Amino acid sequence: MKAVAQALRAHARWRWWEFALLAVLLLSWLLLPGQSLLLNEIAILALFAVSLDLILGYAGIVSLGHAAFFGIGSYAAALFAKLVMPDPWVGMVVAIAVAAVLGALCSVLILRGSDLTRLMVTLGVASILYELANKLDWLTGGADGLQGVVMGPLRTPFGAFEFDLGGRTAYAYTLLVLIICVLVARRLVHSPFGTSLQALRDNRLRAASIGLSVNARLVVVYTVAAAIAGAAGGLLAQTTGFASLDVFDFHRSAEVMLVLVIGGTGYLYGGIFGAIVFKLLHDLISAWTPQYWNFWLGLFLVILVLVGREKLTRPWTWWKKS
Amino acid sequence: MLTLLFDGIAYGMLLFVLAVGLAVTLGLMNFINLAHGAFAMAGGYITVLLMNRLGVPFLATLPLAFLGTALIGALLEPLLYRRLYGKPHLDQVLFSIGIVFMAVTGVDFIIGSTQQNITLPAWLQGRFDISWIGIGKYRLFIIVVCAALAIGLQWMLANTRFGSQLRASVDDPRVAGGLGLNVNRIFLLTFAVGSGLAGLGGALGAEILGLDPSFPLKFMIYFLIVVSVGGTTTLTGPLLAALLLGIADVAGKYYVPKLGAFIVYTLMIVILLLRPQGLFARAGGGK
Repeated sequence: MKAVAQALRAHARWRWWEFALLAVLLLSWLLLPGQSLLLNEIAILALFAVSLDLILGYAGIVSLGHAAFFGIGSYAAALFAKLVMPDPWVGMVVAIAVAAVLGALCSVLILRGSDLTRLMVTLGVASILYELANKLDWLTGGADGLQGVVMGPLRTPFGAFEFDLGGRTAYAYTLLVLIICVLVARRLVHSPFGTSLQALRDNRLRAASIGLSVNARLVVVYTVAAAIAGAAGGLLAQTTGFASLDVFDFHRSAEVMLVLVIGGTGYLYGGIFGAIVFKLLHDLISAWTPQYWNFWLGLFLVILVLVGREKLTRPWTWWKKS
Repeated sequence: MLTLLFDGIAYGMLLFVLAVGLAVTLGLMNFINLAHGAFAMAGGYITVLLMNRLGVPFLATLPLAFLGTALIGALLEPLLYRRLYGKPHLDQVLFSIGIVFMAVTGVDFIIGSTQQNITLPAWLQGRFDISWIGIGKYRLFIIVVCAALAIGLQWMLANTRFGSQLRASVDDPRVAGGLGLNVNRIFLLTFAVGSGLAGLGGALGAEILGLDPSFPLKFMIYFLIVVSVGGTTTLTGPLLAALLLGIADVAGKYYVPKLGAFIVYTLMIVILLLRPQGLFARAGGGK
């Protein structure tokens, strides 16, 4: 028993590169003030990918509709700011709560069936929300998007900061939410709960037969992942002052999956690394050929899968024969 | 009312021809191919380009759409798809999304992003009005062609040597291989035929569904609904699912246009919630 507990504790230990990553994230705010808008996008995408990692990397659920939660958080935050009160913190809590409720409701849908069933159901939920946001135009602005969202100042113990055009406040805010969410997720995956998730990912039948309640765990992790995705969506709406149908798009679900795969699944930080690489590549290729960026994205995906995606994050295996 | 039902059936038959290849890929190789719509789009573009640029008559383009797409399928299967049969579903999903993205932007680059139109020959335009039911000639044509295809496929599957080999491979590829069947060749042929049918469906549907580079993404979910609701073990499952989907979609859009595709998605989720293996899955036939 003691050895097991020690092994688990060693697994949960803080590594040096985790601190380094944290330092780099904080330094990026100080050292790259001109790039805040891009960095803000990266951080939001990273948070979204981290939330997907919880269900894909840890629980092994292939979802094609994770944008549903991103989108609902986005619309919730935007509508709350527009109709109720413009305070970002309260809006963030609302976005997270709404996404978590939706996640809890949807989690019953992913408990049964095969990978294909889950794929279809998650895709279906995102499509339904897309249709809803499109048709309820008196509330959401329909295809034009929800405009006229004005955020209040960001209140902190050090005073209130207005969201500026350069995105300095926005990036600091996003970074803060990202770090908090990653810490929460880190605590979660290193807890006994997180370990049991990996057990049921690797062999659901065996996990069930040693007495883990598989369904309850899936419901919880799906809800948490939805909440974090909602936070990412809320950040997007709050820092850009805009929510559009695009947040529910299939494209977004596929993109976040790619981001996570680039960074590597199942160790929580894959989303962050993936988002950095993805956005920088996107910027680079878009500058060169803006309209056809998707082609290169597709080509990259095909090659990545054919070569084996686990090799991407392990360069030392590139020249070894398998 | 009956006109609506008729249109729904035509739409459903079209969806069946489009999706049946996907059902085979999924049932046979357990491969989640999100790129199936790309083959349908290829068929549609073959027809459109042949008609508009070279002036080939509509009917003559249909077999060409089938053959052209089947050829693409036959090329891609051994080159790319075969490597992924045993891989996790996540890899297959990523791979086929990649193919979709490439197909969408590739067509956009080569042909342009505008909606393509075809002019049907005169004898397919217009409609018969028999008392209170209006039958569009082209829709009748689609139903006849697709029904013939469905019957032909069912016959082939049930009565020919290749059909029984195919059924054996679906049931258990390992045992089928062990009995001396060349499973790879069966996979290749089936994939090519499935792609070809998708191409034919795309060509037939260019008039009804519309054709532009985003076609594979727009209809991906419809194909997947047909397959996941219908199950992959029989032909009748996807056929009934396609008809159900076609009728529900046409009727839904007519009676409650505000809700759009909402009804279809909800119906799908409810069905999958109650019957996760599909409506018409064989008892005990799960994987």
